[in-house]
Amino acid sequence: MSKLRNLVDKMKPTFSKGGKLSFLASTFEAFETFLFVPNTTTAKGAHIRDCNDMKRTMIMVIVALLPAFVFGCWWTGEQVAEACGLEWTLWNSFWYGFVRILPMVAVSYIVGLAIEFYFAQVRGHEVNEGFLVSGLLIPMVMPVSTPLWMVGVATAFAVIFGKEVFGGTGMNIFNPALLARAFVFFAYTPFISGEKVWYSDWTMMGAEKLSTDAITGATALEKLATSNAEVLQGTLTQATLGWEPLDAFFGFIPGSFGETSTLAILIGAAVLLFTGIASWRTMFSVFVGGLAMGYLFQVLGVTTYPAWWHLIVGGFAFGAVFMATDPVTSAQTNKGKYIVGFMTGALAVLIRVVNPAYPEGMMLAILFMNALAPLVDYFVVEANIKRRKNRVKTIK
Amino acid sequence: MSNKNLKYLTGPFSANNPVIVQILGICSALAVTVKLEPAIVMALSVTAVTAFSNLVMSLLRNGLPSRIRIIVQLVVIATLVILVDQVLKAFVYDVSKQLSVYVGLIITNCIVMGRVEAFALGNGPWASFLDGIGNGLGYGLILVIVAFFRELLGSGTLFGFPVLENDWFNLYACGYSNMGLMLFPPMALIIVGCIIWIHRSRNKDLQEK
Repeated sequence: MSKLRNLVDKMKPTFSKGGKLSFLASTFEAFETFLFVPNTTTAKGAHIRDCNDMKRTMIMVIVALLPAFVFGCWWTGEQVAEACGLEWTLWNSFWYGFVRILPMVAVSYIVGLAIEFYFAQVRGHEVNEGFLVSGLLIPMVMPVSTPLWMVGVATAFAVIFGKEVFGGTGMNIFNPALLARAFVFFAYTPFISGEKVWYSDWTMMGAEKLSTDAITGATALEKLATSNAEVLQGTLTQATLGWEPLDAFFGFIPGSFGETSTLAILIGAAVLLFTGIASWRTMFSVFVGGLAMGYLFQVLGVTTYPAWWHLIVGGFAFGAVFMATDPVTSAQTNKGKYIVGFMTGALAVLIRVVNPAYPEGMMLAILFMNALAPLVDYFVVEANIKRRKNRVKTIK
Repeated sequence: MSNKNLKYLTGPFSANNPVIVQILGICSALAVTVKLEPAIVMALSVTAVTAFSNLVMSLLRNGLPSRIRIIVQLVVIATLVILVDQVLKAFVYDVSKQLSVYVGLIITNCIVMGRVEAFALGNGPWASFLDGIGNGLGYGLILVIVAFFRELLGSGTLFGFPVLENDWFNLYACGYSNMGLMLFPPMALIIVGCIIWIHRSRNKDLQEK
């Protein structure tokens, strides 16, 4: 370790001001702090410091994402094996999915980090670590069949227009990973929910001939959205729906790469809550909001399936745990977190049920509440000021 | 042409552009830029209206009581817009159909009345006419740039001709796909934003401190 430290120290003057490669100062700084925890301390004012700086925080989020990632790899392979009529072992399936997703992860990291480093360099900022998480989230919220160039374009769009134009990490209004998904959703709709997704076109995965009745083409959400009519006619059965609640909870349903398994996501949630990185207020109130809205629709007779189904299908759990809790784009005040979380969940179910054009409402709900979060914060702060002012008057 | 007049004509192309510096006429820049052809027709129509409304109002400026100037401006601009609309319907009917209400809405284009108010009422007819043409073309320039990218990336065509696929070259076969988002107005706003971004970073005197 000390050899590495010496090497870094030796290289430092070259990249410092006046050095030959000083134009790469941000890049050097980024790698140095990646290797060693920086020993700089705050000079002014009172600060509470712990050893958990941004890079360590982001690594914890990635650890929390791992269960869902591993499950996504295995489940991708498992589905392909089933479609092609092959008998694959656990490891085979996992390896197949891993090889499929790896290029997407690589593209998203390379494109995103290149843009981040470029902007940091031009502006003379430090390179921020926010993209370490976004870069993994982007492939996880897309179907595994998304073309690589599309992942690259979406990542570039999300990083430039979602983040850098607002001033970089910490200044963004919208969650970059969701913005990338929203971009693909609106720009290349068939590739994310339509005939170009691998559930609809199995030849993409090398399945030449397959028994079409064995594999259903629609995701669980699309089924749910179209099932209401069948329910009213009394023709909906477990078989036409294609999945059971327990399947959806464990993740044995079609969907985007990382979003299917509620169980794996809950393990990640436990990690995030245990380390105190994500806010339990947001997470909890998203689920409450979704449940409340689901019950409302159930009571009104708009939907016939139980409200809690909403929480286990599609990207609801994934969005609630990893996207809605984004410390930058979510509300900053505690009360605001409850409000924004509740409205995110409620809005997601509302969009799912009422607008059949968007079977997945979670993405749009989170992005919408991202935009509203500063407003909610503003009113929470104003209300607090007002309350305390009144208290001052009564003492007089 | 004197130096001063030349400045009236060319100023709005870049340093004083009505769309990207004065931020006027944005709504029609979003609405008519899905394809290049309507964008160019729209640009020419706005240029004609701006130029002639400037000319007419400049001629009227000395005998015009200031209290009724807005209503007179409206009459002049509305007349010109109706003229343009009829000409488009007579000669380029298809494009006129595509532009639909946006030809009529030139009346409400901030650039037209803005130039009349800000320039024509205080300057001579020739200078006003040149200023009108300059602003119309400056507006048209942005329209064409936006429409170029939106048509190329959104539909894969230019002036309706497919440019990304032909006999010896087909990008779609390589897995390329048109960007549907380009057909929506928000993307036009983002392109306009990009143009402003590049323009400002190149013109130091436009940057706020």
